[in-house]
Amino acid sequence: MSGPLLEFENVSLSFKGVKALSGVSFGVQDGELFAIIGPNGAGKTSAFNCMNGVYKPQEGDIRWKGESILGRRPDRIAELGIARTFQNIELFAHMTVLENLLLGRHIRTDVGWFSGSFWTKKARREELDNRDKVEDIIDLLEIESWRQYPVALLPYGIQKRVELGRAVAMEPELLLLDEPVAGMNLEETEGMARFILDIREELGISIILVEHDMGLVMDIADRILVLDFGTPIAMGVPADVQRDPEVIKAYLGEDVVA
Amino acid sequence: MLSVPLVAQVGGTPLETLITKTIDGLALGAIYALLALGFVIIFKATQVLTFAHGAVSAMGAYLVSYFAITLNIPGRWIPDLPVTLQFTLSAVIAIVVAAGIGMALERVFIRPMIGEPLFSIVMITIGLDIVIRTIVGDYIGQGNTVVTGAPWGFLSQWKIGGVIIQHAQVATIIVAIVTVAVLMWFFKSRIGIAMRATAFDQEAAMAQGISAGRIFSLAWAIGAALAVLGGIFAAVPPRALGVSAGTAFFALRAFPAIVIGGLDSIKGAVVGGFIVGMAEVMAGHYLSSVTALGIGFNTVVPYLVMMAVLLVRPHGLYGTVEIRRV
Repeated sequence: MSGPLLEFENVSLSFKGVKALSGVSFGVQDGELFAIIGPNGAGKTSAFNCMNGVYKPQEGDIRWKGESILGRRPDRIAELGIARTFQNIELFAHMTVLENLLLGRHIRTDVGWFSGSFWTKKARREELDNRDKVEDIIDLLEIESWRQYPVALLPYGIQKRVELGRAVAMEPELLLLDEPVAGMNLEETEGMARFILDIREELGISIILVEHDMGLVMDIADRILVLDFGTPIAMGVPADVQRDPEVIKAYLGEDVVA
Repeated sequence: MLSVPLVAQVGGTPLETLITKTIDGLALGAIYALLALGFVIIFKATQVLTFAHGAVSAMGAYLVSYFAITLNIPGRWIPDLPVTLQFTLSAVIAIVVAAGIGMALERVFIRPMIGEPLFSIVMITIGLDIVIRTIVGDYIGQGNTVVTGAPWGFLSQWKIGGVIIQHAQVATIIVAIVTVAVLMWFFKSRIGIAMRATAFDQEAAMAQGISAGRIFSLAWAIGAALAVLGGIFAAVPPRALGVSAGTAFFALRAFPAIVIGGLDSIKGAVVGGFIVGMAEVMAGHYLSSVTALGIGFNTVVPYLVMMAVLLVRPHGLYGTVEIRRV
């Protein structure tokens, strides 16, 4: 196998002395479903924000297919093929489901304003192509009936799916999912797990998942990285991580282990 | 005041006068709407309140004069070019140049300030306003008025019975309608949607691969272009003889329109513009005989309307209730 798709090497990030991440290293392989877990404030979302260029770590390196992406702007990183969803849904609330998904096509559209304005053959072809792709995603995520609704009116679980769809519409190679099942009931969680697996199987997109729902993570992740106060304390397949004394200590406290 | 409309005497019946004044009000409202639109688009996309808008509009109006009269572009290459065409083409060139200047202003003075307190950024725009106004003022000359080369005079008008319709007013209203239509189309286009997305949630927009910097540039280009459109019509008869120091202050009179409509509402800018234009013209005509109010009361009316609206709706007619994000 060639090198990892995305690689963290000894990444440290701090905010005015508060360590958010210290010495985090891992590599995500092509096609892998990699999970990052940890108690609240462990630095999971900070790790995401480093990956997509919102934060710039003070130490270490982040590589995409072997090339450093440190210091690149978020929109440039998105163009490389890294899409993300947010912990608190960040959809464009006034726009419809369709418009939100079409926005995901932004970087896959290279018709300039000129041919766009005059609706040339190329622009038409591209528009049809975009619509096709978006409809496929709508089918995949089973949100057909919500297509024309403004996102703000949709139930929470559906909004989460739309946000996932918007990220998938970018045709990324790597998808960063920040707590995709936060606040969902068991049934919704199982639905979401199915969509995540479908996306990986059918579209061949690698995924990094940050999640609190242990059941979900243990079920679907190939490998897990456990962070505690920004420090990696374990990494491996779910079965190993589950038994790791350090992990149990971080989650349940010293006394249980002692 | 220079901008007191020098519309020719009205000699019709009360109804005819009302129609004449309504058209006048719509035309003035159209100018305010154009100015307000530019301001709102910049505010929505970049969260910056620009006080340089008036200076930019005066600069644009001066550029039209510069191209049309001073440089005689494109008339120097095309003999016997009709005045209307010469003026229109000069206006187009001026708008393009001003859009470029708008982008440059954003890149040089506003972009480095991203993340700094809003107050500091607003102070910068006030500084820009003074600098641009001074430079343009130097070109115009102290107390001078420079004609723009517009094809309209004070008496270019149609008379239908007692109803008087100024050519320039019709042009203003048509240009405003076309501009609003083009903007509506633009906001449905890919780049327009990207701009709306950036205005709504910058971080999420960037995660979609939208370059916030480019959107900021574009917003300032569009804003400057709209400021120039408004500035041109503020500097031609029957509003004024030409570009003068007063042209920059015309945009300030669009401010109540922006506040009435709601700072961050495109629709509000248009509606607010027409409300203010109409109020100003109607007050100018129907209250001018009330001597107790004094001369120029019509220019105060927009602010009175603004205060009345704010008392009832503190965020304007269409403004978002919570603009500031936490």
